Amino acid sequence: MPDLAPAVEIRGLIKRYGAKTAVDGLDLTVARGSLTAVLGPNGAGKTTTIEICEGYRRPDAGSVRVLGLDPFADAAALRPKVGVMLQSGGVYPGARAMEMLRHTARLHADPLDVDELAERLGLGSCGKTVYRRLSGGQQQRLALAMAVVGRPELVFLDEPTAGLDPQARRATWELVRDLRRDGVGIVLTTHHMDEAEQLADDVAIVDGGQVIAQGSPEQLCRGGAANTLRFQGRSGLDLGALLKALPDGSSAAELTSGSYLIEGPVDPQLLATVTTWCAQAGVLPENLSVERRTLEDVFLELTGRDLRS
Amino acid sequence: MTTTYSPAPGAAPLGRMLRAQTALETKLLLRNGEQLLLTVVIPSVLLLLFSAVDIVSTTGPGKRVDFLAPGLLALAVMSTAFTGQAIATGFERRYGVLKRLGASPLPRWALMTAKTGSVLVTEVLQVVLLTVIALALGWQPHGNPLAVLLLLIAGTAAFSGLGLLMAGTLKAEATLAAANLVFILLLLAGGVIVPLSKFPSAVRPVLEALPISALSDGLRSVLQQGATMPWGDLGILAVWAVLGLAAAARFFRWE
Repeated sequence: MPDLAPAVEIRGLIKRYGAKTAVDGLDLTVARGSLTAVLGPNGAGKTTTIEICEGYRRPDAGSVRVLGLDPFADAAALRPKVGVMLQSGGVYPGARAMEMLRHTARLHADPLDVDELAERLGLGSCGKTVYRRLSGGQQQRLALAMAVVGRPELVFLDEPTAGLDPQARRATWELVRDLRRDGVGIVLTTHHMDEAEQLADDVAIVDGGQVIAQGSPEQLCRGGAANTLRFQGRSGLDLGALLKALPDGSSAAELTSGSYLIEGPVDPQLLATVTTWCAQAGVLPENLSVERRTLEDVFLELTGRDLRS
Repeated sequence: MTTTYSPAPGAAPLGRMLRAQTALETKLLLRNGEQLLLTVVIPSVLLLLFSAVDIVSTTGPGKRVDFLAPGLLALAVMSTAFTGQAIATGFERRYGVLKRLGASPLPRWALMTAKTGSVLVTEVLQVVLLTVIALALGWQPHGNPLAVLLLLIAGTAAFSGLGLLMAGTLKAEATLAAANLVFILLLLAGGVIVPLSKFPSAVRPVLEALPISALSDGLRSVLQQGATMPWGDLGILAVWAVLGLAAAARFFRWE
């Protein structure tokens, strides 16, 4: 039943280039209509994986299904349903921006209104400029417009905001949010952690050709020693009663006189537990602050801090 | 209120895709200054120059233009189907245009058909222009128009195969250099302006087997000498076409 199949289902994917293994037993499932961000250091296997889903390369082993179809054997059926934004290029150097967008629209049965789409992405003023004279950001936005103009069910965006200025980045985010709202599935790769945190339902962290962590940004950031709650109050408070109320794996300590540190799964419930305990002890917690791991902390923890070649 | 982006995927009807792609390819070709220099300016200038000035002595019946016009029609076909197409396609491959179109609903065979269509449109414009110039110079063409048409089509197929083979296997810069070099060599040694009878007899059989020689010789035997159907030249072009297109289909790399 292709209609019920996930947007993307990858099992045990392996892809080698000569002696180098780019993708090494990767598993990934992307739900229909969701926005999945694929994060990973350079050379982790992100683009190779995406390009296999787009039908550009054949896997050496494993299975790949996109919208329930085989990207290679069912390419003709799949291509109209899938929008593709490459990392760079893809447009005739001598074609004008609007000419190319209009042309792409003409290859589809029921495309979006090209003028409205161009206006929304700030391409209106450079519509008559030939591609090779567009700025990098304009080229990126044109590629994005071309990926979505055919009203696809699923779009693959390879680093859609790389090199964009903040305004263009915002416009891209807003379009991506609207696509998701209207039921378009989106798989995007990015190096911007805030982008993944802001946009994604689901984040997959790829390293060494495998998915090493997957979950909502919320799930990935929960837990770990970097989640802390600090406050100041009277010294010598009885932490024993607090520890009993806190979830397993939490710790509480008085660092210096009257300065307290609680480590654990910091969430609204934990905060309520601490303030309830303070209220019972008749203490007003001053300078109360909570600190959670960001996606970047999680990412660096999982993939290491060494530079990749 | 606001636009809806809800999915409504689907390929356009094949006819619409083919028309759109052919129109775009043709527009881009005619807009490109270097391409126009190659396909329009050079053949026209050579026709005018060599007809007016006795730089190279021509052979066969009639005026100088009666020898030169068929040769420059052959050069026009080569410039568009081979040199121009090879360079443009090579850079389209290099800039990911072919890759990106490969993800669109347009089938690959339809992209190639559109390229052929834009080559043919350009050739019609070239033939009209060269014919007008040649007639103004007193050209008196003979022969069977159908034979001319067959030669032009066979020549286009042969040169397209070789041009696409080059564009699909070499780097764009290498294609640019090689396609221009081959253009000049074949212009000089392919019977376009200089009669092949002026070359040493040892190399003549090799030169006569070149596609440009077969095309210029075939066109000349019809238009200058009034032959009905130059089967030998058509045969040579057909062999080049089959070999070139088969090799292009086999070895063409889209990225």
